[in-house]
Amino acid sequence: MRRRARPIEPFLWLLFSAGGVLAALFLPVVVLLFGVVYPLGGIGPPTYPGLHALAAHALTRVVIFIVCVLSLIHWAHRFRFTVLHGLQIGRLGRLVSVFCYGGALVGSLAALVVLVRI
Amino acid sequence: MTATRARAYRQAVPRLWWLRRRSYLLFMLRELSCVFVAWAVLFLLLLLKAVGNGHVDYQRFLDWAAKPWVIAVNVLALAFLVFHSVTWFNLAPKAMVVRVPKQMLALAPKAIVRRLPEGRVPGWLIVAQNYVAWVFVAAIVAGLVMRSGS
Repeated sequence: MRRRARPIEPFLWLLFSAGGVLAALFLPVVVLLFGVVYPLGGIGPPTYPGLHALAAHALTRVVIFIVCVLSLIHWAHRFRFTVLHGLQIGRLGRLVSVFCYGGALVGSLAALVVLVRI
Repeated sequence: MTATRARAYRQAVPRLWWLRRRSYLLFMLRELSCVFVAWAVLFLLLLLKAVGNGHVDYQRFLDWAAKPWVIAVNVLALAFLVFHSVTWFNLAPKAMVVRVPKQMLALAPKAIVRRLPEGRVPGWLIVAQNYVAWVFVAAIVAGLVMRSGS
């Protein structure tokens, strides 16, 4: 029996694409600054009060939340198919889906908690 | 007689098929860039958690981020993130067709209209717009962060 195409798939692809765009635009500069430039000591990192004020701004928090959630969905969707096709484990499809989308959900909730508490 | 149903023959694919050709490997590396997208989100959330906890935790995060293995992971992550950005931006015109609205096309000079087959915005222009947006966003983020507490 052929299973009917689930109507949620196109929606997931849409979120995957949106996440791909936001990840491509926003994430390299974040890792460049806080992961490479500041640790290597080229220029000093921002002082605490200034960075706290920037992070606590409502607009900053909303933008970061959207970037985090859609980037995580992007990861979930892409990683799901990478694992399924790369390791040839199609029969574990359901388990992989639960891990991927479940992980994105947990990460999104964590982002919400972290951003609310700033 | 037992009832059997015919199933389409599917050739077995070797588990490590993506090691067989350079193009397959590049495809796999491109797909694996998503792991570093997740890492970048985690790293950002750890930073924000520390910022939310106070200046002591913020300093602790900076010290942690300066450990050699964390720097190494982030250098690798940056390479994969840039790889993701470049491949994503370059693919955009293949994923979407942008057309100039008919009313606007009617107003445009003939010399320009001739260069837009069926009113389609050329692919290189869409790619170029993506790179402009990338520079724009990165400059704003870097400007805000560096200006915030120098």
